[in-house]
Amino acid sequence: MSKLIERLIWLIAIVGFVVGLYGVYMRLSAGHQAANYGSYVPWGLWVAGYIYCIGLSAGAFLMSTLVYVFRIERLKKIGKLALFTALVSLFAALFLIWMDLGHPLRAYKLVINTNFRSIMGWMIWLYTAYFVLLVVELWFAMRADLVACSSEPGFRGKLCNFLTFGRKDTSSAAVQRDSSILRVLGTIGIPLAIAFHGGVGALFGVVGARPYWNSGLTPIMFLVGALASGGALLAFVVAIWGPGRGSEEHRGLVAFLGQIVLGLLLFDLLLEWAEYSISLYSAVPAETESLRLVIFGPYWWVFWIVHLLLGALVPILLLLLRGRSVWAVGLAGALIALTFLSVRLNIVLPALAVEELEGLRTAFTGPGLTFDYFPSLMEWLFFIWTISLAGLGFLIGYALLPIVRTKEVA
Amino acid sequence: MPELLEQQNVFEQMQEDIKRALQKPVEERRWVMVIDLRKCVGCSACTISCVAENKLPPGVVYRPVLEHEIGTFPNVTRRFMPRPCMQCENPPCVPVCPVSATWKRPDGIVAIDYEQCIGCRYCVTACPYSARTFDTGHTYTEGTPEQMVYELLTNFEYGQGWDREDEGSPIGNVRKCHFCLHRLEEGELPACVTTCMGVANYFGDANDPDSLVAKLISQPNVIRLKEEMGTDPKVYYLV
Ligand code: SF4
Ligand code: SF4
Repeated sequence: MSKLIERLIWLIAIVGFVVGLYGVYMRLSAGHQAANYGSYVPWGLWVAGYIYCIGLSAGAFLMSTLVYVFRIERLKKIGKLALFTALVSLFAALFLIWMDLGHPLRAYKLVINTNFRSIMGWMIWLYTAYFVLLVVELWFAMRADLVACSSEPGFRGKLCNFLTFGRKDTSSAAVQRDSSILRVLGTIGIPLAIAFHGGVGALFGVVGARPYWNSGLTPIMFLVGALASGGALLAFVVAIWGPGRGSEEHRGLVAFLGQIVLGLLLFDLLLEWAEYSISLYSAVPAETESLRLVIFGPYWWVFWIVHLLLGALVPILLLLLRGRSVWAVGLAGALIALTFLSVRLNIVLPALAVEELEGLRTAFTGPGLTFDYFPSLMEWLFFIWTISLAGLGFLIGYALLPIVRTKEVA
Repeated sequence: MPELLEQQNVFEQMQEDIKRALQKPVEERRWVMVIDLRKCVGCSACTISCVAENKLPPGVVYRPVLEHEIGTFPNVTRRFMPRPCMQCENPPCVPVCPVSATWKRPDGIVAIDYEQCIGCRYCVTACPYSARTFDTGHTYTEGTPEQMVYELLTNFEYGQGWDREDEGSPIGNVRKCHFCLHRLEEGELPACVTTCMGVANYFGDANDPDSLVAKLISQPNVIRLKEEMGTDPKVYYLV
């Protein structure tokens, strides 16, 4: 069964990659003219996609700390898988936001002219630190397995051999040392992941001009959402690619992850309820206007059907009633992880899709001077392409690197 | 006839006010705009003169005129409200910029360095007045049999020549009203102020007690938009 799904995912990723190429072409030739975001809704699908992927990354990473920092025995074998998932999602996030810039070639200015009064200014440094940490941590987590696989014949063996960078000591002392280093790195990673993902939340939370974002709960919701969606993605990944598929151990592992995800999802829904109910009850127009768009607006189905039904109710039922079944947990994980894009869209867009001053909607019209936003073909295709690219990166990495191997360092 | 004279006097006085202000060091100037909503007829000439002055492409607008309908038929009336950038004393658009591409000048005008801006649009979200728009490089005559060359002419914002032909800045940047800084520095009034046929716009240095604007904003019938945001706008409306 999981083999079949794996093949299906290869197929989807390849098709997405090929079809999405047209979006890349459009982005490179027409620039932002082919996009539907603009002046009044300045951020669209790509920004939502960016916080979606960065959340998946932060969530998957924090799950890995359960292995390397908190040393939870049962999760031991999926540490590398969690780290690798985090790395691939980080790549997708950064690529999306990079191409969202009006001047992508000026991105270096973020580094050389950082304004540390801007939360966005902080982000570039936090991401860089996180990226380095992820790569180093993944390397230490894989080192012993790289050594083992370097004796294999063919390309894979050569690659593994190269990636050991000559450090081939697999004595128990050396492995022990790796394990301690991993613990230190993971420990640094926890505040870092909280800082960068809480930071993305704060990036929105501090904007006083947008009452819908401007809440102390925003960064917290980002973090909990990251844990829920990243954890769910990991549950799906483990169900399909996890170690020892078909064994009782694998089943136990997936079921355990499922329970963690269930708890996180419920907590996330609680925060959402708090945010929505308080705002709606106090009925201050500037904020309720955005909420009304979410709940009753033209895209009401994104909230009710995609998020609440497919992303919450169905997975909750699956996890509650079929929590011991690998396919049910895998399906629940996939549903939560996929539909979380709707949560991210419903954070970014409703705040922007309302008039800041009455009469703006009709005062002057032109491309981008509209409050009705739906992603353009280019935006969809480019988004699909990026996600497919990340998916292919994962599949190829999984095939070549010893990500799920017998030797586990923890 | 006497009214016309009076109008001319207004322009002359504002012109004099600017000249006096330019004699002072830049940090002692405090440029403000006053818009008399009782006089605005909603012709949008200011919007268009701004588009012409700054060669604004489709999708970019510095000064739309908002219309508000008051009452219900048949007892209705309309109010018009031009909305330039407020040149906030505490501009929320400034601290959010990750690369310090936008800042408040000593004379209070909030400027953008087109060469520095990376086009992230964070400032657009942070402005409470939607005063910032994103230039994606459209032209009005694209897709017609002939792309008009006048649309690609150089504009002179911030006293520098910006060429549209090479697809470089300000394409890909965020743009906003700057009180026609390039004209001001030459002693000229902003384009919108000179164009207004109802003489509903006043401009000058509020730090100069003898200036026309200083007198206007000391009246009781003055409002500013969204003052509760703490932005301290430098655009005043007479109501
Ligand atoms: S009106 Fe908007 S763009 Fe202008 S200074 Fe204030 S916050 Fe900045
Ligand atoms: S769009 Fe330009 S001016 Fe605005 S915040 Fe981004 S870099 Fe700064």
